[in-house]
Amino acid sequence: MKVTYPHLGSMSVAMHGLFTDLGLDVIPPPPITKKTINLGVMHAPEFACFPLKINMGNFIEALEAGADTIVMAGGTGPCRFGYYAQVQREILRDMGYDFKMIVLEPPQGQLSGLIGELKELCGENRWPTTVNAVHTMWRKIKAMDKLHARLLQLRPRELEQGAITTAYKKGVALLATAHTPKDVNRLYSRALTLLNSVPCNYEKSVLRLGLVGEIYMLLEPYANLQVEKLLGEMGVEVERSIYISHWIREHLILSSLHIKGSRATKNAAAPYLNHFVGGHGWESIGDTVRYAHRGYDGVIHILPFTCTPEIVAQSILPTVSRQEGIPILSFSLDEQSGEAGFRTRLEAFLDLLQQRKTKQRFGT
Amino acid sequence: MSTTVGIPRALLYYHYYPAWEAFFQTLGADIVLSDETTKLILDRGIRDAVDEACLPVKLYLGHVANLRDKGVDCIFTPRVVSVEPKKYLCPKFLGLPEIVRFCVANVPELLTIEINVEQKYKQSVKELLKLASRFDRRPGKAEAALVAAESAQAKYESKLQEGFTPAEALAGQEKKHASSKMRVAVLGHAYNLNDPFISVNLFGKLRELGAEVVTSEMLQPQEIAAGTQSLEKDMFWTFGHQLMGAGNFLLEEGSIEGMVLVASFGCGPDSLVCELVERTYKRHHTVPVLLITLDEHTGEAGLITRLEAFVDMLQWRKAI
Ligand code: SF4
Ligand code: SF4
Repeated sequence: MKVTYPHLGSMSVAMHGLFTDLGLDVIPPPPITKKTINLGVMHAPEFACFPLKINMGNFIEALEAGADTIVMAGGTGPCRFGYYAQVQREILRDMGYDFKMIVLEPPQGQLSGLIGELKELCGENRWPTTVNAVHTMWRKIKAMDKLHARLLQLRPRELEQGAITTAYKKGVALLATAHTPKDVNRLYSRALTLLNSVPCNYEKSVLRLGLVGEIYMLLEPYANLQVEKLLGEMGVEVERSIYISHWIREHLILSSLHIKGSRATKNAAAPYLNHFVGGHGWESIGDTVRYAHRGYDGVIHILPFTCTPEIVAQSILPTVSRQEGIPILSFSLDEQSGEAGFRTRLEAFLDLLQQRKTKQRFGT
Repeated sequence: MSTTVGIPRALLYYHYYPAWEAFFQTLGADIVLSDETTKLILDRGIRDAVDEACLPVKLYLGHVANLRDKGVDCIFTPRVVSVEPKKYLCPKFLGLPEIVRFCVANVPELLTIEINVEQKYKQSVKELLKLASRFDRRPGKAEAALVAAESAQAKYESKLQEGFTPAEALAGQEKKHASSKMRVAVLGHAYNLNDPFISVNLFGKLRELGAEVVTSEMLQPQEIAAGTQSLEKDMFWTFGHQLMGAGNFLLEEGSIEGMVLVASFGCGPDSLVCELVERTYKRHHTVPVLLITLDEHTGEAGLITRLEAFVDMLQWRKAI
């Protein structure tokens, strides 16, 4: 069995680790490039949402590289994501690939299904090996998420452009070598030290922006045109509202108990939207309100073109912006989005925020 | 004077209007329907909605604006999350009341109860009863309204299964269309197919060309269920399940000559469901498929040409 999986930002590192620790042969999908996107777009349904297309590109490239088993997450709806794997499998079959697709469905109150699927992967492993592998992955994800948050704080303050990104990459590479939860703790401290020892100007006053929107687009830098890096290097401190550790908590653990989203976010969203709308549409509203309350300078909303839950959010956000007094810039991205236009719109937005901030400071 | 309740002639109107009508009428409310779709109504919706919204949601907003302009007291915009166990409607239905509230200016009171059979069945019934008591507080009235709604809906659905399209059943049509050797399935959202403006009168055109139209509403629930049996994972969308089930069932039954698959531009579920149906048909290649994607600019001329060519092709296939 040669296992592969879809890319999702730093999550790929954790997946690779998990399968390796389970003793499986892993064929990671090659890094996402223009070719990946083109392959995905060529074979995916024309109007499917962008993440599905990128996944397809990953799968095709990994199968070409020799993978024969795809591990993919499932879902119970109402959003399209829960049916991605089904559509992808049929398309890949029609393309003539011979492979097995293992879909990890969220437990829905009963754990038996999920355990059964995991067992297929774990094979001969004894229970402690499996537990160790899963536990290590979970710690790794949390550690990478913390490291990432730190990266975002420091990037606008670095004295030498790119230094912090380099340190972060080294940190992630360190974490990738962990095979036990203890390793993770040890390596995380080292990784954090790496970041913290990059020369920075901690006194610098920076704009602070919140990043909200659809999870895949927020987590996968290739998909979001590296928005965090772009903004960071333009001197903006970005806070991302969603991390993969949150998603796993919600999707795989809490959803089985019918708990969705964080209470604080829900409460903040309530005056505008008091109901789950699939994906992260509800969170997009709630987190935007919270950024306003926390005095952020603005919010960037990122969604894949035609993303259903985020279109609900998009319908509400202009009112949130007006009533909460926080500027919002919404980007709907897909394979056709160009970096140049993206950059220009970001710069114009930042200019506006800077003027606004200066005005507020001098009370004019 | 009794309260006027506006009902947009869009989206779930085509699925549940008889129930809604019976419900509100039992409670003594006056129902005002929005006008039939016109270019003006659609354009208004397009103006108010976010660009990327699907066509049916844009149209819905146009109908809401139409009702507002008629001066109704309130508009019925339920949040329909789920109408059967383990299945949902698409996310836009989950946020429909908010889409209306934040996109259409000066809307009157919105009646936004939540219908959620999968997760909150009891709560949904309670909300219905509470809504009823807003119109008539007399004991037993709310329950009577629910009973009336249920029986009207049952009657409506059996009429559909007899072979009437939603538009025909809603118009009270009694006479069935002649059957034909050329049976063509038309699958897609009821709110697209049954709005003659949006579908550019697709049903009528097909019949003029001598075809007998079959839609998913004409099938029995067990037939739909049989059609989804071969799926590795059932669809969690009610409409997707219906479309997929009907598509597979009709294919296996071998009773249709062709299938017209109608998707909405910008529809999330359609982008996946239609893909799967098309693939299944292609694998079998016994029944040809015509895929039509409806958008704001679907022109009548282009559509007619494509339909004619499709039906011609079906006839040739029969001849040889
Ligand atoms: S959240 Fe948006 S992008 Fe993600 S699956 Fe749903 S519709 Fe597609
Ligand atoms: S199912 Fe499709 S067409 Fe209907 S509201 Fe949802 S996105 Fe729009």
